[in-house]
Amino acid sequence: MDGAVPLFRMEGISKRYGGVRALEKAELSVTSGSIHAILGENGAGKSTLIKIMAGVVAADEGRMTLDGRELTFASPAAANHAGIVCIFQELSLVPELSVADNIVISDPPKRFGMIDRKAQRRIAEEALARAGAADIHPSALVKDLPLSRRQMVEIAKALARKPRILILDEATSALTVADVSNIFAVLKRLRSEGLALLYISHRMNEIAELADQCTVFRNGRNVASYPAGSKSDNEVVELMIGREYSHIFPPKPAAVPATAAPRLEARKLSWTDRLDNISLTVRAGEVVGLGGLDGQGQRELLLAFFGVLRGLSGQILIDGKSVSITSPSVARDDGIGMALIPEDRKTEGLMLPMTVRENLSFAALDRLSKAGIIDRAAEQRLIDDMVGLLAIKTAGLDIPVAALSGGNQQKVVIAKWLMRQPRIILLNDPTRGIDVGTKQELYQLMRKLADAGAAILFYSTDYDELIGCCDRVLVLYDGAVKRELVGAEISERALISSALNIHGEDSPVSLGADA
Amino acid sequence: MKDWRYWLAEQRGTLLAFGIFIVMFVIYTSNHPAGFTANVVQTAANKGVLLAFVAMAQTLVVITAGIDLSVGMIFLLTNCLASWLVVGTPMQTTLGVLAVLAVGLLCGAINGAIVIYGRLQPIVATIATGAVYYGIGLLLRPFPGGSVNEDLADALTGRVFGVVPASLVVLLAIVLVIWVPFSRSVLGRAAYAAGSSETAAYMSGVPIRRGKFAAYTLAGLLAAIGGLFLTFFTYTGEAAYASGNAYTLFSIAAVVLGGVSLFGGKGSAIGAIFGALAFRTIGDLLFVFDFDPLWQPLFQGVILLVAVSLGAFALFRVRNRLEWFL
Repeated sequence: MDGAVPLFRMEGISKRYGGVRALEKAELSVTSGSIHAILGENGAGKSTLIKIMAGVVAADEGRMTLDGRELTFASPAAANHAGIVCIFQELSLVPELSVADNIVISDPPKRFGMIDRKAQRRIAEEALARAGAADIHPSALVKDLPLSRRQMVEIAKALARKPRILILDEATSALTVADVSNIFAVLKRLRSEGLALLYISHRMNEIAELADQCTVFRNGRNVASYPAGSKSDNEVVELMIGREYSHIFPPKPAAVPATAAPRLEARKLSWTDRLDNISLTVRAGEVVGLGGLDGQGQRELLLAFFGVLRGLSGQILIDGKSVSITSPSVARDDGIGMALIPEDRKTEGLMLPMTVRENLSFAALDRLSKAGIIDRAAEQRLIDDMVGLLAIKTAGLDIPVAALSGGNQQKVVIAKWLMRQPRIILLNDPTRGIDVGTKQELYQLMRKLADAGAAILFYSTDYDELIGCCDRVLVLYDGAVKRELVGAEISERALISSALNIHGEDSPVSLGADA
Repeated sequence: MKDWRYWLAEQRGTLLAFGIFIVMFVIYTSNHPAGFTANVVQTAANKGVLLAFVAMAQTLVVITAGIDLSVGMIFLLTNCLASWLVVGTPMQTTLGVLAVLAVGLLCGAINGAIVIYGRLQPIVATIATGAVYYGIGLLLRPFPGGSVNEDLADALTGRVFGVVPASLVVLLAIVLVIWVPFSRSVLGRAAYAAGSSETAAYMSGVPIRRGKFAAYTLAGLLAAIGGLFLTFFTYTGEAAYASGNAYTLFSIAAVVLGGVSLFGGKGSAIGAIFGALAFRTIGDLLFVFDFDPLWQPLFQGVILLVAVSLGAFALFRVRNRLEWFL
């Protein structure tokens, strides 16, 4: 540290979500007039840390001090009041309100008890100008703006609150190059005005240009703090990775020959601005991973296969035959035999208040029924098989699935689809928020299904999983496949550098080479 | 884009409702045997304002992405109450009016408290409270009856300067005194923000709860103003169950016709007023064209379906099917 008195400190902060530790005795100091970058892999605890700072979630333990005084925030409003303003990744704008309404939303100017629209307009124009986005009309509705403009409104809104500490969580992820250089000028000016800025980004070149101080997070702890520029990119990547390999992955069999016919093939899939000309193949018996930073089009790609997206261009082939998948129920039908284990099991995977039994048989009801009547004996046999195969721990089949632990809920989601014996299995980050033991079981199950002849496409935000489970990994960046890693090429360093879109193979990762 | 274009885009729903109403009303008066006279306008206005008040009430709640199925019952309860209290000397009458309005406010506040602090779904909470309000109304007036200060009633349902219907003047005054300040206040904006995206509003430190509570409470007040006017027209109080239900359902129809989104966050009470007036004119149209009144419900239903379908066109533009369910 440079000896300056910290404006804001967090000490011994811990936070658990269910059985999962998101933060463990984390520390952070922020000084005025500096830009502090936070680095770490997906799920390293950065987001949780920021949510605690911004009053969105409360820490289980630990203390926070501002100007040396200890404080706690009951709500985001309380944090704002104390001068801590956060620009979140997922936007906090109200879509049906105008830009000006949104900018002043926390504390609108008032006259005779009513909102003073002239003053509001003035404040909004000033804030937009300060954010370098004077081209946005204050009367425009937020929902009519493209994502990059919304992001600028979000920044203007934060500035209008006159923060002392401004947190930017991946705030540049949706911006155009021109906007980014505007924003950098704005951020540097704010630093010279004495603000403390916390900057979270995966873009190494941005951090190199902006940051004064860096802190690296890994597995819920801050593992290193250093002045920016004092470590090479290589060293930074080492810090982010850490060395905590565990032998929980099943052995990989010999690679499926590249000459084998693909079970699932995509040719030049494009969709809006989220998917860009994606071609890939998955063969029977193969586990193919999707890597890259969160939100680079992986989820959309899986939805595209599963018939959820409209206006998709390109071709999908099953066993070499072109198919048109127009809905999930077409995707799961016998000719195609696809299953998707969704990202959010609570909304897309399970009917929480319904029983374990009902949830298990939803996807296979057509197979278990004759003339619309469910064959209860057949249902029971299949369910018993699945509960045994996946070792689902439940007090009974007739209790609400909501009563199960996260890991067992996820097993129910998977079992539900296995009841159809799918030939193609798409998994969207299936191990998020479940315990290590269940994860291990899932890895083994995945390999067992592949060995039995299924083609598996597996998106994960956890690099260890991709390395441990996959025969091949496709790394996505900005909706396009940036790199394919095969067999022994799949290393943490290769995954991270291609996820960050840093060029060069095994040569040292170089700073500022980002496209 | 110029400023006026943004204004136009924002008022589209309201202007559309206004247009529909004007077209229907012109057809109506030009085919009316008496034509466009002060009398015809007065009668239409008096019928229209009742639904207009109840529709305004519904708008406030719908903006928060809720729904109030008790508005029709608050309307009945305050009608029954007014038929007891709004009588006697000017002083007694004034106190009576204030008491009726206070009861409306209280009913709305109870709805708001149950929905916001009790975290019950608006639809269930207001079905239940609506039944309670109706029950109290029935105890107050087991049989139709009572009376009202007729001087006041005649003044408010008559004409100002012999031309302008007094009920429309009152409606305008209520818009200026209740709707305009609400829509421009912090609480009003909180109600809109909560209806549009409650998460974003919370993350922005908006007083969501107070905004929603204000919306429910003022909805009770507006329904009570409607109830008072019903008393002024009929000179009696009556706990007519079917009529209360009809007002509740018609208020939802009027709100939709008026361009207020049932998903919340969008629309204005002024649009809902024109929606209500247009909806009322449908019935009158049938009358001037000599249709059997039996056709009225069918006809109203068709108009409503057409209006609602217009709002659903946006779904054709959705490119990720999961957004259908949001």
